[in-house]
Amino acid sequence: MSRSGFASRAAIVGIGQTEFSKDSRRSELRLAVEAVLSALADAGLDPRDVDGMCTFAMDNNPEIEVQRAIGGGELRFFSRVHFGGGAACATVMQAALAVAAGVADVVVCYRAMNERSVQRFGIGVQQLRLAQPTTESAHFGWYAPFGLLTPAGWVAMQAQRYLHDYGATTEDFGRVSVACRRHAATNPAAWFYGRPITLEDHQASRWIVRPLRLLDCCQESDGAVAVVVTSLERARDLRQPSAVIRAAAQGASDDQQMMTSYYRSGIGDLPEMALVARQLYEQSGLGAKDFETAVIYDHFTPFVLAQLEAFGFCGRGEAKDFMRGGNIELGGALPINTHGGQLGEAYIHGMNGVAEAVRQVRGTAVNQIDPVNHVLVTAGTGVPTSALILGRA
Amino acid sequence: MHPRPGITHDNRFFWDGVAARKLLIQRCTACHRLQHPPAPACLACHSFALDAIEASGRGHVHSFAIAHHPPIPPFAYPNVIVLVDLEEGTRIVSRLAGVEPEEVEIGMPVAVDFETLDGDLTLHLFRRAGGPR
Repeated sequence: MSRSGFASRAAIVGIGQTEFSKDSRRSELRLAVEAVLSALADAGLDPRDVDGMCTFAMDNNPEIEVQRAIGGGELRFFSRVHFGGGAACATVMQAALAVAAGVADVVVCYRAMNERSVQRFGIGVQQLRLAQPTTESAHFGWYAPFGLLTPAGWVAMQAQRYLHDYGATTEDFGRVSVACRRHAATNPAAWFYGRPITLEDHQASRWIVRPLRLLDCCQESDGAVAVVVTSLERARDLRQPSAVIRAAAQGASDDQQMMTSYYRSGIGDLPEMALVARQLYEQSGLGAKDFETAVIYDHFTPFVLAQLEAFGFCGRGEAKDFMRGGNIELGGALPINTHGGQLGEAYIHGMNGVAEAVRQVRGTAVNQIDPVNHVLVTAGTGVPTSALILGRA
Repeated sequence: MHPRPGITHDNRFFWDGVAARKLLIQRCTACHRLQHPPAPACLACHSFALDAIEASGRGHVHSFAIAHHPPIPPFAYPNVIVLVDLEEGTRIVSRLAGVEPEEVEIGMPVAVDFETLDGDLTLHLFRRAGGPR
């Protein structure tokens, strides 16, 4: 039963993706178009059916260029969501809102990037231009002069405090990597297909920004993912089983910063994700016990622990205990990132996680959980963020 | 060239202070709240009447990150970066100088210093301070 104006009124009816690589050898626009056409074909819809598009503020492919290239027609709704990977689930939220409000019928959400071969995120803000700073570039100017320049560095500051506050160790971070790489190892679409790691491998990997090691950091990837959203009514006539959008929410919390929310009383936690969790549970009437699997955004392992706590899978500071004994792996109480996550499959800014959640709801994942009624999907952490609950029709 | 701060109308006072080897904290003249990073208005009472106080420069390490990779010129690695709880109650990010990476710990007392780079860029940094917390 829906407790908000749009929850459970729209569904993801198509998913599409390119291969995930380190060098796609084609344009980001082409990647976007391939993924969108694939998602539409999956849904059994024609490009002329698309009247809405939503992507990340960071995406380099304008909605109109994608629409033109797929041979689409009139666009009635186009929207972008800011703050990096925090946008992932919010693009689907925008689509569901547009569909529920009746301003669009078929909305495509996409993310396409040559994020390894062209524009590497891991190098951070070295090329920051600060001669005439904007509010955003001035923000990074509080950190860059001291060498705090990269996403791994910004996260490391919070991760170090998390270890201190809760008595966790870097091995606890490593358990996230081990789980994701185990799942990627049996996913042919994953970059790390066939290449699982052990906790010893994690502990032996080199420091990137202490306390983060190489194997705490996700990949940089080239690739694209797209999903198609429409109303439940229209979804019933389409090819695939619907993944109903039971709930969707965004969150930015007190003194929110872009990757550097260092000025709150507790910097080891993610209050913006706790805000998202409260809204999801209010909209859906569901709780942590209702998910058979979850896709937890894993650009860096420490924030997976904080997210498990924000969503109430365990108490604050207790993720280290919750994860013991393979609990987040296949066969555990809450297998996460069954596609391998961004640590194992690819880093497509969280959109590949949305696609995996759809496959879990459909029953077509390579590491399928059985049964699946509801899947939680979360978006980027350390930034204003978002999440979704997808469920069976 | 060393990465520069991003100077805006809202934070110019801070960097002018650093250039004069003073660590300033923005203060609301109406409710006397201190805030960092600076903002155009008081985050509590919404007053635009803001000035600054000079910090004592003393504080403790709230958290830290030790950068190893990728090596980015002109920084020396490993590079110890700290988030400092100033005794006035605000926090600030800085480099920590003169302390081996293995010796850094949360709660370590630190004190501000300044360095001038590229001839014309002055930045704050922190060093270990003596005494108990």
